[in-house]
Amino acid sequence: MTELPLIGEAVAVAAEPRLAGARIGVVTFPGTLDDRDAARAVRLAGGTAVELWHGDTEIGDVDAVVIPGGFSYGDYLRAGAIARFAPLMSKIIDAANSDAKLPVLGICNGFQILTESHLLPGSMIKNDHLKFLCRDQVLRVENSNTAWTLDYEAGQEITIPLKNQDGQYIADEKTLDALEAEERVVFRYVGFNPNGSRRDIAGISNAAGNVVGLMPHPEHAVEPGFGPESLDGIGGSDTDGLGFFTSVLTKIVGGDK
Amino acid sequence: MPRIVVDVMPKPEILDPQGKAIVGALPRLGFTSFSSVRQGKRFELTVDGEVTEEILAQARNAAETLLSNPVIEDVVNVEVVEA
Repeated sequence: MTELPLIGEAVAVAAEPRLAGARIGVVTFPGTLDDRDAARAVRLAGGTAVELWHGDTEIGDVDAVVIPGGFSYGDYLRAGAIARFAPLMSKIIDAANSDAKLPVLGICNGFQILTESHLLPGSMIKNDHLKFLCRDQVLRVENSNTAWTLDYEAGQEITIPLKNQDGQYIADEKTLDALEAEERVVFRYVGFNPNGSRRDIAGISNAAGNVVGLMPHPEHAVEPGFGPESLDGIGGSDTDGLGFFTSVLTKIVGGDK
Repeated sequence: MPRIVVDVMPKPEILDPQGKAIVGALPRLGFTSFSSVRQGKRFELTVDGEVTEEILAQARNAAETLLSNPVIEDVVNVEVVEA
């Protein structure tokens, strides 16, 4: 399925035919909101999006998985706590930890699900100011070697939307020191820490770099005319989030950086 | 029906933003004696029949795996309450 641009120029990335063979699963839980946008981002980047259902007992034939944002199970108990025990999640956890190192990206509620799954350390608690916050957020890409950040440069600043209430990343000091020492802090908030996250952390990875989670939403910044630049002109471009999806596609098809 | 009550609290070293908001609101209502508030969760697990040691062990296990997140919370109490 190809995507027609809603406005503006056609697809931002000239889709390479070889990328279309890469299949990216997008998981839907009860209460997921951003699965359609994530699937669209995969297609705009040139890949094939595959719908996955939380109750499935097999991942099927996919090369990577996106766990999108939303409010799985209404954030009951703790954000991501119930989704973590969905039948499909145990398969995703096994595949992410296997030798094949399935690339997994958790966005917002997806990040919360990954910490509850212990695929990523630490946890998210309520924003320090207690309010739901929606804004365009500048991030610095600290590590461009993960499966999801290969198409960025280390130190590059990108602007993508942020929207959450439970976004304050916390972990004990020892874990934070280890994350920094092992270069597993993948994204930091720049200019403004929107939620009190420890050490301005916006996103992290596992040791192998195949599992990445972050609170802001790259899938909402993939299309000319619909990104941060159009909305408030704070800088960056409308498509700063597209690199997440082109990165993993490039990695899957074995392209060089 | 007996119930097993599980109490979960945010870890002491973790700032509890909700508790902080509540302690800020108390003096506005004239409650000036409280210097700190921490907000936790209470779960009530109903058991059909007698609470055996095995069922209590299951409750403790559930408390550690699902009802709390050990990164941010402590299970501070698991007890049987007869109806």
